[in-house]
Amino acid sequence: MTVIVKKTTQLIAGIVFLYGIYIILHGHLTPGGGFAGGVILAGSFILLILAFGSDFLHLLREERGSTIYENLAILAFLLLALSGFLAGAGIFFANWLPHGTPGELVSAGFLPLYNIFVGIEVAASILTIFLALVIFKEEILK
Amino acid sequence: MMNPLLPLLVAIPLAGAFLTMIIGRFIPGIPRYMALATLLLLTFISIWLLVEGGTASSVYTMGGWEPVDGVPIGLYLIHDGFSALVLCIISVIGLLSVTYSISYMARYTSENYFYSLFCLMIAGMNGVVLSGDIFNIFVFLEISAISSYALVAFGVEKNELEATLKYQVLGAVASFMVLFAIGFIYWSAKTLNIADIRTAFSEGGQGNNYILIQILLLTGFGLKAAIIPFHAWLPDAHSSAPSPISAMLSGVLIKAVGIYVILRLFFNMFEITEGMAILITTLGALSMAVGVFLAIGQWDLKRLLAYHSISQMGYVIMSAGIGMILMARGLRSEIAALAITGGIFHMLNHAAFKGLLFLNAGAIEYSAGTRDLRQMGGLAKSMPFTSSTSLAASLSISGIPPFNGFFSKLIIIVAAVMGRFYFLAALAAIVSIITLASFMKFQRYAFYNKEQAKFNKEIREVPVPMLLSMITLAVICLLLSLLALPGIRETVLSPATDILMDQAKYSSQITGM
Repeated sequence: MTVIVKKTTQLIAGIVFLYGIYIILHGHLTPGGGFAGGVILAGSFILLILAFGSDFLHLLREERGSTIYENLAILAFLLLALSGFLAGAGIFFANWLPHGTPGELVSAGFLPLYNIFVGIEVAASILTIFLALVIFKEEILK
Repeated sequence: MMNPLLPLLVAIPLAGAFLTMIIGRFIPGIPRYMALATLLLLTFISIWLLVEGGTASSVYTMGGWEPVDGVPIGLYLIHDGFSALVLCIISVIGLLSVTYSISYMARYTSENYFYSLFCLMIAGMNGVVLSGDIFNIFVFLEISAISSYALVAFGVEKNELEATLKYQVLGAVASFMVLFAIGFIYWSAKTLNIADIRTAFSEGGQGNNYILIQILLLTGFGLKAAIIPFHAWLPDAHSSAPSPISAMLSGVLIKAVGIYVILRLFFNMFEITEGMAILITTLGALSMAVGVFLAIGQWDLKRLLAYHSISQMGYVIMSAGIGMILMARGLRSEIAALAITGGIFHMLNHAAFKGLLFLNAGAIEYSAGTRDLRQMGGLAKSMPFTSSTSLAASLSISGIPPFNGFFSKLIIIVAAVMGRFYFLAALAAIVSIITLASFMKFQRYAFYNKEQAKFNKEIREVPVPMLLSMITLAVICLLLSLLALPGIRETVLSPATDILMDQAKYSSQITGM
């Protein structure tokens, strides 16, 4: 890609990333949430890969990393659900944290935490799908 | 009292799947034992629930969201006599398939993907069976369907990829139909909880789209259950998958996400109407008869078995349909109960013998390297255990006493005769004879014919883990016939029939909490 594309991407990618985080963190207050924010997060990574390109081995390493993040995020989600199971007298997904004032950023007990892990999960899995397609194409070309 | 074990049936296989992916990356060789431990735990829990639960149903509210003014909100998990049986099938056949895979899958690569997808499929099926919310059923249906697409394609050869593409396209059509029907239900009933939908429909919420919803759901789940006009994907998918997966697909998946959901929705959610009952009976009789004629000409062993799955599922659908017709006419409910009991019993039996037959086919493929019946022969001498277990399974499926298939077919035929469906009873008997013929063909060509000189290597019996699961299933085939005994039938099969027959009971246990 040309210098113009690379420079613009460098400028935009950070903002896109921050916007994704904003969407995830305000999931319990505004429209959007873990899934939408996660897609935006993945978008910023994909933008960078598209603009700068990446060699094959590097992509493979990245794919390994994103798979591990994906699995860890799901496991963390399950652990949060199980914590309700253990703390809330055998109720799965019990929201036992203090709920706070409605409308505040830190409120609604477990919901923001669930959103964060869903965001990581979605970002990692969409990035994995993208990388898998790119790696598949590279393997075909070989 | 909420039973805290219910959500664990979904959470344990999910955790198993994702832990396998992470740990399997760093420690090779461990995924098989993790999957085995997961399935052992599930088997223990589901059998415990069956034994301890008995006739009582238990309802679990996720996150503790209690009903407001009798209207259920939130997600419900429901465990009753019928789902208890299906949960046991899933875990037991799953456990034996994993045991079998330990040796069988050694020839494939990417072990951690296999076991992880396997656990995901189990989680999806458990979710479908437990869920009391129709949209949740759809979500879990997709989890199990997508992991089974990947598992069918696990060999990544041309045949497997073609089969999985066909399976995916038809599976996507099915999912679309189901989602479309759920949209209609939400539009007309304003709720997604199965018990609440029933209340809404019976209070006069049945619009013009009531029949459309029923047809869409029957088509969608009929595609998953491979009833005859929707069966095109099954022979390809079930014969191309690795054998333990074929055993899971044929033995468990088409029941848990197909037959189970159809029975649950048409008995417990919709009002039973005579027209719908006749349609279901016709579809069942059609798949019973056509499936067996498609099967008898096959020379590919696994394809033959796959067509027999269609035919045997026809028995289940047909006998449930006979029960529905009798219930819709409002007469002789004890014969309706007998027919439904026969159907459920045959479903249990089919899981055992069809799982075993696919494992046998896998063992033959493992040792002799072929699936073509014409290239086999004389295997009885070199593979005595495979031969004897497959003989047990063949006798069960063809309905020879004392094996389990005989008793369930007997109950179905007796119920059909008592309900004055003489033609269906005769058809069921004839289909059973043709089934016997095609399994005699399998036995003769595979095990008792002259030995073929074509085998380059010496044929040996398969390794111990594979033998272990085959022998266990053969014993289960024999033991299941005990369920026909009067004392045992009341404790195991009757609760399942009761929950299907007593339509008000299912909804009152949720709304009345």
